[in-house]
Amino acid sequence: MAKAKVTFLDIGVTVSVPVGTRVIEISEKVGAGLIYGCREGDCGTCLMKVEDGWNNLTEPSVVEEKVLRENMAGKHCRLACQAQVLGDIVVRPA
Amino acid sequence: MTRSAYAAAQPDAVALSERVHWIGALDPTLRTFDIILKTANGTSYNAYLVRGSDGVAVIDTVKEAFAGEFFTRLESVADYSEIRYIVLNHLEPDHTGALPELMRRAPQAHLYISVRAQAMLKALLKHDQYEYTAVNTGDSISLGDRTLSFLNTPYLHWPDTQCTWLEEEQTLFSGDVFGCHYCDARLFNDRVGDFRFSFEYYYAHIMRPFREYVFKALALIEPLALKTIAPSHGPILRDQPAQYPAHYRRLATPALSSEIGGEKSLLIFYISSYGNTARMAEAIYGSASEVEGVRASLYDLEGGEIAPFVDLIEEADGIMFGTPTINGDAVKPVWDLLSSLAVVHTRGKIAAAFGSFGWSGEAVRMVEDRLKGLKMEVPVAGLRIKLIPSDEELDACRGFGTAIGRALIGEDEQTVVDMA
Repeated sequence: MAKAKVTFLDIGVTVSVPVGTRVIEISEKVGAGLIYGCREGDCGTCLMKVEDGWNNLTEPSVVEEKVLRENMAGKHCRLACQAQVLGDIVVRPA
Repeated sequence: MTRSAYAAAQPDAVALSERVHWIGALDPTLRTFDIILKTANGTSYNAYLVRGSDGVAVIDTVKEAFAGEFFTRLESVADYSEIRYIVLNHLEPDHTGALPELMRRAPQAHLYISVRAQAMLKALLKHDQYEYTAVNTGDSISLGDRTLSFLNTPYLHWPDTQCTWLEEEQTLFSGDVFGCHYCDARLFNDRVGDFRFSFEYYYAHIMRPFREYVFKALALIEPLALKTIAPSHGPILRDQPAQYPAHYRRLATPALSSEIGGEKSLLIFYISSYGNTARMAEAIYGSASEVEGVRASLYDLEGGEIAPFVDLIEEADGIMFGTPTINGDAVKPVWDLLSSLAVVHTRGKIAAAFGSFGWSGEAVRMVEDRLKGLKMEVPVAGLRIKLIPSDEELDACRGFGTAIGRALIGEDEQTVVDMA
């Protein structure tokens, strides 16, 4: 199975994971500071800033795009509960 | 004086100049604003009307319940058919409550809002028929011999907030910036009672969390040759108007930075029932202090008041909380401080929690969740010790203090985990 590295800058932890894993699942296990609410892409609580590897995540859905817009998310921000890892990324809570 | 007596005593618009009128409303009996703010003598909802050679602009409206006063005052200086523009500096309901009725009475008027107000307009007014133009710093609209230009001042105190500058009158319609909850029918700062407390209280609760944005806004406002500042609450500032931006700059400037210098400030707060969490705190404090570039401070919450600690946290780079667990929870003095941090900027500070416990020790995780909720970074998992810390456990405390100190100076250890 293909692997990718996810680095959480806030806790200085890099995790090797199978491609396709949602960021929130990894964050929760290693105790990074990505807090979450609904885990369904609706509340916007798990907003994260992708510091590196922006293109190594699945494309945001129409619903995620809407939530990002409503939360006035900055450039290169995604919802950790929606974005699935395709390659190496570096993230921190937004 | 009651609300109706105020309105009856002064039913007409009040002139700021020949071309600018106050058409707002007074709310002298309000005692709590937005749940959180005390208003000892009420507030005002200031709206203004500007007359140019080529039409009239209305700047902001009032809370819906005060629409009657607003329209009476508007009608005393203009006809609805003359209104070309309606400018909304801020979409909060106390300034947009009368908008739907104003749009009904002046359907030809065109709305001007800030770029970031667009998403809020529909959500607040539940009306998607309004046509509007979104404006940014540098945009302007002409009323013939009068020009309104816009200054984008986000987060003072909502994302949508902007100020509107009337160049020919050197008047800044500043929205909530430089406002305060102070109701006085004499309206102007050289005539009203002593509103200094209200001005600072308003800043402390409304603007303080957005300090970095205050500086950005001041950079736009300070170069203006101000003759009058016309905010959306409280007195109109026509006497020495420049002193108010200067006061905002003083209020927003960190007081401690000159003393700490280039070091990182780490505050360690603790409270302890039997001295166990205190011993942890002292060990952590000792080792964190030894990290070069870190200035650590230790405070027993039992001996302090909340407000000065909030001031300290605003300036700090790192914060640690030590709490015992009592009945499955962190103790009240810890929550009291943690629930008082909404008025300061906490995002991105380094934070950690620790504590001794007797049975179950939930408090540390609860405090960590709160710290993350405040958007602080929690780089090291909290340290929990059952009852009296042993020598080995005190060593762990020292390691914990060192790890937090190193995280503060950007030298924290990188961990690699394999979940593949």
